[in-house]
Amino acid sequence: MKRILLLAVLLLFHFVTPAWAVDPDEKLKNPALELRAERLGDGLRCLVCQGESIEQSNAGLAKDIRVIVRQRIMEGETNAQIKRYLVSRYGDFILLDPPFQDRTLVLWLGPFALLLVGLLGAGGYLRRRSRSPTPPTPLTAEEKRRLDGVMRQGGA
Amino acid sequence: MRRLVYLLPVIIVLGMAAFFYRGLHINPSIIPPVLVNKPAPPTDLPGLPGHKGLKTADLMGHVSVVDVFGSWCFACAEEHPTLVAISKTDVVPIYGIDWADKPADAIAWLKRHGNPYARIGMDPSPARTVVAWGVTGAPESFIIDRHGIIRYKRIGPITPDIWLHTMLPIVRELQQ
Repeated sequence: MKRILLLAVLLLFHFVTPAWAVDPDEKLKNPALELRAERLGDGLRCLVCQGESIEQSNAGLAKDIRVIVRQRIMEGETNAQIKRYLVSRYGDFILLDPPFQDRTLVLWLGPFALLLVGLLGAGGYLRRRSRSPTPPTPLTAEEKRRLDGVMRQGGA
Repeated sequence: MRRLVYLLPVIIVLGMAAFFYRGLHINPSIIPPVLVNKPAPPTDLPGLPGHKGLKTADLMGHVSVVDVFGSWCFACAEEHPTLVAISKTDVVPIYGIDWADKPADAIAWLKRHGNPYARIGMDPSPARTVVAWGVTGAPESFIIDRHGIIRYKRIGPITPDIWLHTMLPIVRELQQ
């Protein structure tokens, strides 16, 4: 009985889909344009909640920007034009993908620079370790005589 | 030289620690404004019933303060007594942009808290003008010079301290 109940509860999760904030009445009639708006909105930061895109956010401002994006699409603007407009109002911060520019060089190239430093360090270490040690200087006649003596006595 | 190589990771980690420590003290809701020293965005808002609306032309020829508010906005009620006090000094006109409000709500709210605004433009949702002004939340205020250029942006409520020590000096300087 318990098991059936558990199974029923688990099956309920089957119907769970990610909840998007978009109201049905915001959506564009043309599915291709709506898809374009959603893709564009996925890359735009909600300036109120900041960790979310405007497509995911319930904030009033996010809803307004979603609608404005759709209005501008209907007015025939390209994605680049819409992005440029919003960046001119809110700065690069509204883009969830920071653009590659002089201010973000460290952000984009830093990890590769650190990887390079690490690889150089590891390479140097490995090269030093695998280099054969210098051959020992040959024994002098005196040392050889003592060694032979020790060997003959079988130790100590 | 050898010692320097061993110190390098320590230096890198310390540098990153300093960077992250600084990040702890940055308020993420204050987004660096991009519109300061740019012309005020084209504005043509109908007035709240019983009030004059707000157009770009209304911002020309004199220094003004533009304040974005809404009756739904808690921090706006906090800022409001300061705005009412400023409006009584007659130093500078304050123009309101009423964001995503029902006219009846806004009128009732102003009746309760007083009206410091010489003009009130309505920007119902989707608030194209509020977005054009780069507003991220209410209240936000701007100081506009006599040529219609934004000279200062305040994110969050205007406090008496902010007004007296930051905004009023800017207004006075622009009025010279």
